[in-house]
Amino acid sequence: MTIMTKLMSAATGLALTATAAVADPAIIFDLGGKFDKSFNEAAFNGASRWAEETGGTFKEIELQSDAQREQALRRFAESGANPIVMAGFAFGSALSEVAPDYPDTKFAIIDMVVDQPNVRSVVFNEHEGSYLAGIMAANASETGTVSFIGGMDIPLIRRFACGYAQGAKAANADITVISNMTGTTGAAWNDPVKGSELTKAQISQGSDVVYAAAGGTGLGVLQTAADEGILSIGVDSNQNYLHPGKVLTSMLKRVDNAVYKAMLDGTDMETGFNVMDLSNRGVGVALDENNEGLVTYAMLSETYAAADKIISGDIKVHDYMSDESCPALDF
Amino acid sequence: MWDFLNLFSVPVLETSIRLATPLLLACLAGLFSERAGIFDIGLEGKMLIAAFFSAAISFNTGSVWLGLGAGILASVTLSIIHGLASITFRGNQLISGVAINFLAAGMTVLIAQSWFKQGGRTPQLEGAARFNPIEFPFAETFMPVPVAGPVYASLIGGHALLVYVAIAMVPLTWWVLFRTRFGLRLRAVGENPAAVDTAGVSVVGLRNAAVLICGVLCGLAGAYLATALQAGFVKDMTAGRGYIALAALIFAKWRPWYALAACLLFGYLQAIALRPDLLTAAFGFKVQIQLLDALPYILTVVILAGFVGKAIPPRAGGAPYVKER
Repeated sequence: MTIMTKLMSAATGLALTATAAVADPAIIFDLGGKFDKSFNEAAFNGASRWAEETGGTFKEIELQSDAQREQALRRFAESGANPIVMAGFAFGSALSEVAPDYPDTKFAIIDMVVDQPNVRSVVFNEHEGSYLAGIMAANASETGTVSFIGGMDIPLIRRFACGYAQGAKAANADITVISNMTGTTGAAWNDPVKGSELTKAQISQGSDVVYAAAGGTGLGVLQTAADEGILSIGVDSNQNYLHPGKVLTSMLKRVDNAVYKAMLDGTDMETGFNVMDLSNRGVGVALDENNEGLVTYAMLSETYAAADKIISGDIKVHDYMSDESCPALDF
Repeated sequence: MWDFLNLFSVPVLETSIRLATPLLLACLAGLFSERAGIFDIGLEGKMLIAAFFSAAISFNTGSVWLGLGAGILASVTLSIIHGLASITFRGNQLISGVAINFLAAGMTVLIAQSWFKQGGRTPQLEGAARFNPIEFPFAETFMPVPVAGPVYASLIGGHALLVYVAIAMVPLTWWVLFRTRFGLRLRAVGENPAAVDTAGVSVVGLRNAAVLICGVLCGLAGAYLATALQAGFVKDMTAGRGYIALAALIFAKWRPWYALAACLLFGYLQAIALRPDLLTAAFGFKVQIQLLDALPYILTVVILAGFVGKAIPPRAGGAPYVKER
């Protein structure tokens, strides 16, 4: 393992020193890897879109271990890359260390707030997107019970659950919302077997729409929901295609837009706190040919109406992370 | 009263059996290995690599049987490495096991990424590339019969083939270990290898045989996870089940029938943790799920501390055998 890490970092070093000089933007993918069909891949798509539209080039690296975070950041900064975009909350502490050393370089971090003058912190209002998913779930449910399966039990995931429950209850005040978390350790992100069993347990409690915000565990949830003939809701990227006609929608987190915007702004990127929400299309629900048979006109109009009201401020979706409590759901 | 009985309703017990199966296979795998004096921390890694290769080959060939074979082969390969390191070269068994876990965790994702380019997982399996639940005859007809109907249809029936294989392995393991000459020698080699050697039986051969059997059983467990419970491989999908199986093995005091009971109990604890609503209804207060998740380990510690009988591991466990000169 250590030898592997050393080899990898050596290779990283070579790769990074080989290309230098011009102020190209750079992007660092987190451990999931850039083809994870979800978070990192969305970031990669955003960078690719920027490259296609502007004809520019960007530097990139996929991390192989946690130890590489700071090293990769420093290498990119030394080589003159600007701005440097990183996908993932886990970069928080490394960036707090590195950013003050390179005051002329701009950094953008997604899903985390780093309070430095040269850092743009991009966070998403997942509770708003989840609220819309909740409205669709309540409309699609015939049993009057919908459910949520989270990955690791952390405030960020409770925020998804809370938004979802609020949306479901807004659409149908009598609805029952069941919520389960897969676990309390990192293993909870990659336990599809438990995800499947949780789904079956929720089905036996009457749920017929299940929303999974659980990384790899969610794949088990979507699979079981499809096998058992109930609807599911995907997360982060558009996962409707995984089981066409069985996935009601996906709560989109437009990481690609955040990356695209950061790269487009280039060295003039404004730093500070940057919230991606419904109004700037940072979050939303996915509609495509795979779920068009499931989404009715009434469902769609109610969802759009709610989206408009959230943007205008008529509906305030409670953010679990603001006070660690949820009015619609008891954890 | 009904609230309490609901804790033992058919869906909960059915889930228990599904969750207990991989634990049971891995636990019996560990039983063979440890009874022969070879500790095996690497159950987790072997299950993981078997899960990956069974899913990958099932997907490529469309046949779950070829996938199962590939999974067993991959797991046995790791067993051979473990045997080579800890029996032939007399290395530390625990370190070799940990190395196997790391190797499997890294290798599966690496190969999955280079073969399928889907972020370290395999594509979804469909139809004949999966072990599908076996419907018992007339299950639908009997379904309306109270209690007996659902029990027959979904508790006894309605599982994947490997579940029945796992349960059949329990008496088979008991028979092999306690009723055959091979079993007697295998147990002896874990207690007093010098005596076995004096009798003119190969210690190295017996231990290697035990480690290979361990590989086959782990292969079944991994294939069950990826091709029966799930429809494909996801990175690290064993999620610590190999370690829970080790805990179950200690809890079962290295005995096959106890292993069945321990795995069913641990499976039940995992299943009931999925239904906080039933627990709240039965006990009238909110039970912390984290406590249930930790209970297998707590119980194991209690057993190890000697509160409920004594758990005595095979005497020669963990020590490589060196022939006297």
